[in-house]
Order: sequence, then structure tokens, then C-alpha cells
Amino acid sequence: MARITMREAISQAIWEEMERDPNVFILGEEVGVWGGTYAVTKGFYDHFGPERVRDTPISEAAIIGAAIGAALSGLRPIAELMTINFAFSAMDHIVNEAAKLHYMFNGQFVIPMVIRVVSGGGRQLGATHSQTPDAVFAHFPGLKVVAPGTPEDAKGLLKTAIRSNDPIMFIEHATLYQVRGEVPEGDYTVPIGVSKIQRPGRDVTIVTYSKMLEISTKAADQLSQEGIEAEIVDLRSLRPLDMGPILESFKKTNRAVIVEEGWRSYGVGSEVAARVYEEAFDYVDAPIQRVAQKEVPLPYNRTLEQMALPQVDDVIRAVKEVL
Amino acid sequence: MAEVVTMPKLGFDMAEGTLVRWVVQEGENVAKGAVLAEIETDKATVEVESTFDGVVTRHLVPEGEVVPVNSPIAVVAAPGEDVDYQALLGESAPTTAPAKTEAAEVKAPEPAEAAQTKAPQREAEQETQAPGIVKASPLARRLAQDARVNLSAVKGSGPDGRITKKDIEAYLKSGAPTPSAPAAAPVVSAPAAPVSELPLPTAPVGPARESETIPLNRLRAAIGRRMVEAKQQVPHFYLTHEYDMGRLLELRQQVNALLPEDQKTSVNDYILKATALALREFPNLNASLAGDQIIRHGQINIGVAVAVEGGLLTVVCRDADRKLVRQISAEVKTMSGRAREGKVRPDDIEGSTFSISNLGMFDIEHFIAIINPPEAAILALGSARQVPVVKDGQVVPGWRMKATLSVDHRVSDGAEGARFLQALAKYIEEPLRLML
Repeated sequence: MARITMREAISQAIWEEMERDPNVFILGEEVGVWGGTYAVTKGFYDHFGPERVRDTPISEAAIIGAAIGAALSGLRPIAELMTINFAFSAMDHIVNEAAKLHYMFNGQFVIPMVIRVVSGGGRQLGATHSQTPDAVFAHFPGLKVVAPGTPEDAKGLLKTAIRSNDPIMFIEHATLYQVRGEVPEGDYTVPIGVSKIQRPGRDVTIVTYSKMLEISTKAADQLSQEGIEAEIVDLRSLRPLDMGPILESFKKTNRAVIVEEGWRSYGVGSEVAARVYEEAFDYVDAPIQRVAQKEVPLPYNRTLEQMALPQVDDVIRAVKEVL
Repeated sequence: MAEVVTMPKLGFDMAEGTLVRWVVQEGENVAKGAVLAEIETDKATVEVESTFDGVVTRHLVPEGEVVPVNSPIAVVAAPGEDVDYQALLGESAPTTAPAKTEAAEVKAPEPAEAAQTKAPQREAEQETQAPGIVKASPLARRLAQDARVNLSAVKGSGPDGRITKKDIEAYLKSGAPTPSAPAAAPVVSAPAAPVSELPLPTAPVGPARESETIPLNRLRAAIGRRMVEAKQQVPHFYLTHEYDMGRLLELRQQVNALLPEDQKTSVNDYILKATALALREFPNLNASLAGDQIIRHGQINIGVAVAVEGGLLTVVCRDADRKLVRQISAEVKTMSGRAREGKVRPDDIEGSTFSISNLGMFDIEHFIAIINPPEAAILALGSARQVPVVKDGQVVPGWRMKATLSVDHRVSDGAEGARFLQALAKYIEEPLRLML
């Protein structure tokens, strides 16, 4: 097992899939000569050439529209959007076309397309560039939404996404690129739509994903020193949502905290909590707690930004509230 | 307009009832006639129906409390109505916790302070918890149900005094009362052997069952009280008559052949109808003694004793003399079903003027029953049995049933009782009369 960064894991997944399948290509702003805004595609342009690593104008609608056209004609585009915030400029293409063409043309077409986006705050990029609207995209049937929290899952899930015939939002977190983790050698994949217990425990179930897996794990480490053992379930995919391990864990602990970076209202926590209440009502021993971003546009000021984002202490407090 | 629901009086001698469970919670809508709460009387657990349409704005008594009849138990008002409880209930009426809104106001501290202020605040909330609602997590409710624990007896340690899994487990560990299950006796299987080879056991086989002490439930206690009263105060006398059941059994067979499975009639249904018709001719046996007067009831309401868990209930078939056998059959079936499920309704068990107790299904030749006060008589039915009978000087097989009438001697005498049993023979032995 190699210990590599999230950036390297994502980069390896794309590289290996481009080597494996000549129909796979990249398009996006500064993905070519510059090597990607987050340096994920560094070296790709020189190796794969301008045909398969295409720099685009600054128009998200053009990027996604072109990617959908390419996918319809048999290619496997990986469209990179600099941040998920800019996906709103391409919303019509994503929601009304990518998510629906397969359905509306009665299965005649598939859209084998991956939209790589960077989500999340914490880097002082201001209210419009720091959002975590992952749940917005998970709202639409026809779209799959994947958001890994470890390098191993990132590489395995991205490979599955590139090989899939469905349009997939692949959400990377802006502050996770440097995070290191063990990654298996050689070619492997991780299935989409399967959540995973990342840390076993007996006292409380923490449901989370992406960056908040890191925050929750730190909280669980501290709680463990007080004798509270939290079990952490990593969603990995928001759609399809796999409730299996969550319900299994909850039936054991009877208490849950859901941690997400996005806003609380109409969020991932709302959905997961509702499903637990529906499917495990007789196992509920305390109201489920949601830890989420404060309901304000994310401030630029560093202190204020950190106050608005969910922190380790917030998770610990919520866990103690449900115990 | 807000209305007060009171503890209903469900029997001649009912003075109080225990409010076992609120079915409709505060703030929930209730329709007139819908089940509002379950109460336990001396006789049974019965459902109380709301007498008004509206929203239950307040429970005036908590679950588990014993309430005198006609005392207010809940307030039902129109949605959104501002209820003036003071005016509605008066000074003397029991009031609930006004502290409820205060508790809500002191709640929700700033997150930063929450950790420090939490513990003492929880205690304060516990004390101000409104009576009438037992707060428990869904898991705790399920565990309590499985372990047959009365939630109102458990102290909750969660926020607002909520009962959680931990509290149920602690309660069970503390050895608090729950209905005990009999200890399973080990099964000893002996090898099959001819009787002559079976050695005489030198020691008892297997351990003896352990002794158990079981507190009387309310129903058991009520039966005991009433039966002691009846046996001590009512001078009973008993008359036994044997009826030829041949034609009635034949008729029943023919009738049942025409009816779907779930509507088939029982022997009891025919005897019930026959008794009701005979009572028409003997109003003095369809009566109650009240002081120095005998009340001869106009209606003929026949009580049928039904064995239920932990005791016996009498369900009442009203105006049985004026109903078809099939109606009687359906009613008794429905009511005794409810009685066995513990869901009996007040009307099911109230107002009988004469009772029948039937142990025929247990192959009982005959027995004598204790009068169910304030009734004047009760009829005890044994099994219909095929026995040798003498007919025209020949011994032939025939179907016979023995019935024993117990009569209150203060109300009636032997001759009247005997004539009644003869009149009953007319209906039982010529059962077509039941169909007229």
C-alpha cells in the first residue's frame, strides 16, 4: 500500500483510466498547459496531448454542454469545473439535460460523463466561492453524486465514475487535496452507492462524508479519550444514498449525529435523519442531532469563516447532546 | 367552545377509574366518537370516546392516576381557540402544570453556555414537566412494551425527564414489578417401555415448580368482592332441568349449512334466544331487588359470561327477545372477541338483566352459578351429551343438556323458577319457535 495524497489519488485515477480507454478525455479551464487549478492534471497535457486535454473558455455552460455532446457521441468526457459554485452557470445543462436525456429519450442514449467539481469552504475565498451545495445536486434523480473523504475512496470511486455510463458529479473538497492516506497498489475500484463504516464504535453513530469525515474522526479521537466510542459511517455517495450501514449502526447505538459542511436546512442531515426515523423508529432513543454550517453566506474573515463552518467541538457537543 | 370530558360512570357501582393511557395526546385532533383514552375500571380496561369534535388542549390527569367518576379528565376545544381554563374548570378542578410554557422559555441557551448549564437545567425541567404525558423515546417505549413495564412508573433521566433505554434497563435491573413469567420446567422425556418394565421412581422426576406469589389484578379483585357479596347476601336456591336437545342440534346444523363459516351459530345463541323469550313470560325473573322494591326490567338484556385473561367478563346482548338468532350470534361473537382482547367497550358489559353461564364446551355435565348482582337469576348450562334415554319403554340414544337456574329467594320462589324452566323447554325442544 502506498501512502499518497488525495490529489495524487485523483490524478492517478484519471491517468490510469486515460491510459486504459482512449475515449476518456479532459476538458476545463486551465486543465491543460497550466495543469489544473488544483494541479490535479499536471503533466497530462504533455503526455496525452491537446486532443485529450482541452483547455476551454471561461464558460461553464460551454464546458458542460460540450461534454454532454461528446458523451452522446460516444466519448467519455471528464469535465472539470474550477469550483462547484460555478456549476450554477451550467445548471440547465446539468439538471435538464445530463440528468434527463437518458430518461427522456427512452434509454436510447447514455451520458458517460464525470463532472469534477471542488466544493467546500475554509480557504477564505468569500461567500460565492466557498459554498458546499452538494445536497442541491443530490436532489435530482438521474444524477449521481459522489463525494469521497479518503484518498483510497477517491481513486476507487473516480475510476468507477469514469467507467460508468451515467452522468456523475464527483465532488472533491478544497481542503482535502493534501490529506494523505493508504491506497492499494494497482487497478481497483470502489462501488458508487455504498456507504462504509470508517471507524467502529458502540455508543453513537456519526454519519458524515467528505471533509467532515476528517472533522468527525478528530472528534471521535477526543471522545474516545473520555470513553465514548463513536462509530463513523461515511456516505461516500449522496445519490444513490446507501442507508444499510447507517441503519445497522443505529440499531446498535440508538443515537446519531449527522455532520455535513453544507447548511442544515433541506440538507444531507435532514434526509438521513428522516430516513432513520422512517426505517428505524423503534430504535430511536434520543432525537438525532445535525451538525452543519451556520445559516449565513460564508464570511471572508478567517475567524468568522471558521465560526460558521462545523468544527470538532461542534461535533463533540452534539454527540454529548444525544448521549 | 371548549368542552370538558369527564370520567364516565360505567357501572352501577363504579366510583372511580384508572386512566391507563392517553390515546390522543395534547394538541392532537379528536373526532366525536373517536377513542380518547383507555381507562381501567373494576371490571375491565375500556376505551373512552370523545364526546366532542376538536383539539385536545389539555390532559387534566396523568396516565396511571385514579379518578373519581364525573371528574374532568380532559379539555377539548376548537382549533386555535384560546381556552379560559379558570372559567371552564373552576377553582376546585385539578389543574395541570402551568409551568410548561415557562420551561420552554428558559430552554435553548446559547451553544457556548450549553455545556455548563445543562445539568442543573435538566433537573429544573424535570420538575416542571406537565403531568399527563409520559416522555419516552420510541426505543424506550418498545422495550417497556416488550417487558410489560408501565412507563409511568419509570423515572426518566433524559432531557425534560425523557425515559430512555438506559432508564428501562435500570428499572428492570432494580427488580421493580413486572408480570412474572412462569419459570420453564425442564422437560424430562422417558424412554418408551412396557408398563411392566417401568421401574418405580425412587425420587420425584425433575425439580418441583417454584412457588409464585401473584398480586390480584383489579378484575380478579372485583370478581372476588362481588362474588363474596352475592354469595353472602343473596339467598340462592337452585333448580336443575334436563332438556332434549335433539331438534335444536338438528336445526342448528341445517341453519349453519346455509351460513358462511364466519357466521355459523352456536348452541349458546339458540339457548340465549330461548331464555329471552321465556323471560318475557316471567318478568319477575328479569328483575332486580332495590331495597324494598322489585324492579321488573322492561328490556330483556342477557349477559353472557366470557372467560378472559385473568378473570371473567359478562358481555350483554340487549333486547335479545326481539333479535334474530343470527343477530344475537354476531353480537355475542363481536363483543366476546373484544373482551378477550381487552378492548371491551362500556356498552358491551353494562346493563344486563339476566345472565347465562355456559361451560358446555368443556364437557361439564352440570354446574351451579352464582348470581350476578343486582340480577335476580342466572342460568348455568352444561354440555349437550348423547345419553341413553327411555322412550316408549325402550332405551334409545338421545341428546340431553342439563341447565341449572340459580334464583334470588328474596325475589322469587321455587315454583316460579320451575315453571320458567318448563317454559324454556317449550323453546328448546320445539326450536322452530325461536325462528318465528
